[in-house]
Amino acid sequence: MLELTTTRHNPMIDPTLHVWGWEIPVYLFLGGMVAGIMIISGYFLFSGRHRASTQCSCFQVPLVGIALLTLGMLALFLDLEHKPFTWRLYTTFEIKSPMSWGAWILVLVYPALAAVAALRIPESWRIAFKGRLARLVLFSERIRGSAAATKTIGIVNMLLGGLLGIYTGVLLSALGARPLWSSSILWLLFVVSGLSSAAAFAHMIARDPYERVLLAKADNGFLIFELFVFALFFIGLASTSEAHLRAAQLLLGGAFAPAFWVFVIGLGIIIPLIVQLMAVNGKIPHTPMAPILVMGGGLALRFVIVSAGQFSHWMNAHGLPLPF
Amino acid sequence: MARFAMVIDTRQCVGCMDCVVACKTENGVPEGFNRDWIVQDVNGIYPTLHMEIRSERCNHCDNPPCVYCCPTGASHVHDLGGVVLVHHEKCIGCKACLAACPYDARFVHPEGYADKCTFCIHRVEKGLQPSCVAVCPTYCMYFGDLDDPLSEVSLLLTSRKYHLLLPETGTQPHIYYLT
Ligand code: SF4
Ligand code: SF4
Repeated sequence: MLELTTTRHNPMIDPTLHVWGWEIPVYLFLGGMVAGIMIISGYFLFSGRHRASTQCSCFQVPLVGIALLTLGMLALFLDLEHKPFTWRLYTTFEIKSPMSWGAWILVLVYPALAAVAALRIPESWRIAFKGRLARLVLFSERIRGSAAATKTIGIVNMLLGGLLGIYTGVLLSALGARPLWSSSILWLLFVVSGLSSAAAFAHMIARDPYERVLLAKADNGFLIFELFVFALFFIGLASTSEAHLRAAQLLLGGAFAPAFWVFVIGLGIIIPLIVQLMAVNGKIPHTPMAPILVMGGGLALRFVIVSAGQFSHWMNAHGLPLPF
Repeated sequence: MARFAMVIDTRQCVGCMDCVVACKTENGVPEGFNRDWIVQDVNGIYPTLHMEIRSERCNHCDNPPCVYCCPTGASHVHDLGGVVLVHHEKCIGCKACLAACPYDARFVHPEGYADKCTFCIHRVEKGLQPSCVAVCPTYCMYFGDLDDPLSEVSLLLTSRKYHLLLPETGTQPHIYYLT
């Protein structure tokens, strides 16, 4: 028998840690998705795929990326408890703090995304601004004409996208006090999930039929790889310590299992994978349903990991019955 | 260089919570929050039970994850005695340090910054004991410098058995519980 009683009832701490609500999962999801957008559009630029089609989605998705990232940062800002001091993030660089790395990476991500978006000024903007964008259009055409420049922008986007995606995972995995998060491959899980959500989104809005199939195939690859990373994630936790094994059980059969199996694995990976496999094999037409499910699964993954991670603990310090 | 630590004799502590009340009074800890607290830890199978009463707080770890994860440098190790403190005006309230502490020793002060035990550094700088140590009616708490081999805390740790909380997390805590 182990019985613990405590007089401590600190808000957000007891009976179990719950410092992060909806804002952080939303921020991590949007950050991961923007990372995926940067990697995919960067790859399209790097590989020269943008030349094959005037409607290449690599020119459209970065604009959406800027909007999503801004929303994500707004969510992060809403989560801060001492908002008037937010500027303090940019008065220092704390080399050991993933959050400090993230703050500075985000500063670099915006211009990188804007550089890709500026490579093709949308037709609607040209009409709306009635020739006032002439110089910018000329400049963007000149850059687009230079293979070296587009390649460089592509590489920079892939690199920064990779860093951003890795950061969203390391942010949690650096917090070793929560066994569920202290996995050395959480970053990989978040990067793959971000890539899959970004591919799903680009697939949904792609106008070029060849590109649509290409993105659907890529997304299928990411989803299959994500299942593989999940397996490694759980094997890693199960072979670390009792606390980590209990943390893994929270998702596999405990309090968070229904959300995990239904929303993350079932609706977020398996069903869209089947639908997209049928679509790329020509059995059914491409439908936005599968990409929407993939993105919903990515969001559900962040919610489940953030919530269950806060619940996971090195000791059952508060006499709570374990939820399995 | 001093290295402050607290040694608490669990064989003498009766769980009266005077330390909790003293801390709240001395530091103006807001209602509903605790910088220190009492834990009754009962182990075993009836009738062979073992109970330990512990006064717990921030462990002022040597390897403090709360300091490492802080993006603004608000959480820091003070020059005097390695005490872990928070600069209120640098803290953005991101709560990373709350999630990073395996002891759940921190909380968000109603004004928005991360808060926790300071080892009463404002008293220690004046040569006084932390208020929890000063008021303990059973004299079960000791505060001192581990770098001084002749300090009360150093001598107790060489002569008595003790344990730390969650040493497996690698934080190298500095509250020692005599058993
Ligand atoms: S006990 Fe927690 S808050 Fe205190 S120094 Fe250690 S990790 Fe930081
Ligand atoms: S809540 Fe404050 S002290 Fe804690 S990590 Fe964030 S900025 Fe640092």
